[in-house]
Amino acid sequence: MPAELANPTLSFNVAHDVGELLEYHFMTNALLAGGIVAVMAGVVGWLMVLRGEAFAGHTLSMMAFPGAAAAALIGIPGAWGYFLFCGAGAGAIARLSGREHFSWSEQSAGIGAVQALALALGFFFLSLYGGVLGDLESLLFGDLLGVGDGQVLLLAAVAVVSVSALALLARPLLFASVDADVAAARGVPVRALSLAFLLLLGLTVAATSQITGVLLVFALLVAPAASAQALTARPLASLLLTIALGLAIVWLGLGIAYFSVSPAGFFITTVAFVVYVLARVTAAAHARLARADPPAPAQEPCPEGVIA
Amino acid sequence: MLSQEFIRNALLAGTFVALACGVAGWFVVLRGQVFAGDALSHVAFPGALAAAAAGVDQRIGLFVATIAVGAGIGLLGRGVLAHGSRVTAGASPTDDTAIGTAFTFILGLGVFFLARVSMGSAGASGAVGAHTLFGSIFGLSAGEACLAALIALTTTLLILAIARPLLFASVAPEVAGARGVPTRLLGVVFAALLGAVAAEAAQALGALLLLGLLTAPAAAAHRFSRSPFAGIALAAALAVVAVWGGIALAYAIPALPPSTAIVVLAVTLYYASVALTARGVGLPHR
Repeated sequence: MPAELANPTLSFNVAHDVGELLEYHFMTNALLAGGIVAVMAGVVGWLMVLRGEAFAGHTLSMMAFPGAAAAALIGIPGAWGYFLFCGAGAGAIARLSGREHFSWSEQSAGIGAVQALALALGFFFLSLYGGVLGDLESLLFGDLLGVGDGQVLLLAAVAVVSVSALALLARPLLFASVDADVAAARGVPVRALSLAFLLLLGLTVAATSQITGVLLVFALLVAPAASAQALTARPLASLLLTIALGLAIVWLGLGIAYFSVSPAGFFITTVAFVVYVLARVTAAAHARLARADPPAPAQEPCPEGVIA
Repeated sequence: MLSQEFIRNALLAGTFVALACGVAGWFVVLRGQVFAGDALSHVAFPGALAAAAAGVDQRIGLFVATIAVGAGIGLLGRGVLAHGSRVTAGASPTDDTAIGTAFTFILGLGVFFLARVSMGSAGASGAVGAHTLFGSIFGLSAGEACLAALIALTTTLLILAIARPLLFASVAPEVAGARGVPTRLLGVVFAALLGAVAAEAAQALGALLLLGLLTAPAAAAHRFSRSPFAGIALAAALAVVAVWGGIALAYAIPALPPSTAIVVLAVTLYYASVALTARGVGLPHR
């Protein structure tokens, strides 16, 4: 815990405070890892929110628990368990969402079944292993302040892979996400793209949740993207805004945590939630102004316009 | 097996919790509120931790947290969050985004309380955490089992009492609204009742696992039958089957935790229903 190391106090000199924060190697690693996660989760999460797959993302991030428990049970590195279960979960969810005769609510029910099964298995592995639920906080919120140099490099490698894969798929994926029926009629392989995206989401979540924990990765996937898409409907602007908000949320959260005794995960989720609420309030105020002022051209910042 | 007192207690509480989960779950799946149910069940965890940090009975924390968040989801769900062009029966992907953002924040609060609890006493946070996350249906005393059964029965009856207007409001919200059905109020009342069910089930199955009993039997029932009241009855029956089978399995295999057995059985029932209906058993699907 940073408070024991440095016993820092806030002064009124912001530059001095930031300088003090950057003096420690664990802190620069945390800021670096947090930055990489914010960019990667921002890009992937932007598409996740656009596709309305928040529940699938949450379920995939929960896969870390059975993954970690299974890896501990059979004695392999935890990372393998994470990747294995996230991949299997992505496959199971893709099988459900591929069926076009499944309505939206039936798909979510199926995703719920996948999540419940995975968590039940995780608990089973945990009780077979005989371990107690030792470090609940690090499973949920990870250990951003204890990231090593090797982990930063691995994280950067996964980020490069998943962001460039998304860049390659960007055009057909965007088309399939915005209007699946028209895209399918035009010959876009919608089902294959859906599976590919879920696998990429699984890869991102597996790499990230080892460091940020199960909950924090989901907060970083959903909150910046949801805030940005509430503020603007233009794809490129909202994508860039997502990344900027993600970086701001992570760095601000880590900065506050440095000067406090409470866990970093708590501050990051709190900042994320505040940003999201502010974004919704701003969007609602804009919509009200646009309605009160009819001669203006129809530029309603309606977030659902993107999703519908 | 039935001569053991803890099994009888587990069966008593489990049966009524299963009834409540089946009935509530049928409406959850119908309204597309699975993620809301998931969020509510996870919220039980910070609720219990907050109660532990404040030093009051954990059940009070469970019920206060889940019912309050349930009512919040019900209040915000249709009016503020889903103001776009998309009008669907129940929730939409947009609601899911909002729910996701809000519940990570609430779980963040949970970890904040966890830090408080573990400062108080070392072993307590692990025990509180494990019980709340994974349940302890074999650890119920006779009094606790009776109370759990009573609360579960009451919430089931309350949901059944509003079943007709709730069904109307879920399937055709505009028509129901035009006919004078208070759709908004029904949504809030149902979400609050769902919170009570989640708090009740969290004690038996745990905040992480109760989603299985809430959605899997109900989703299976939706695949077999499109008639509402047959579907509700079937969902409740399948949930009870999963609980009884799970308790028997866990009794037979000591290494298998009861909550795992129950959830695995419930999910197996769901996958069986998907496979069977794909072969033409049950009603033809949309």
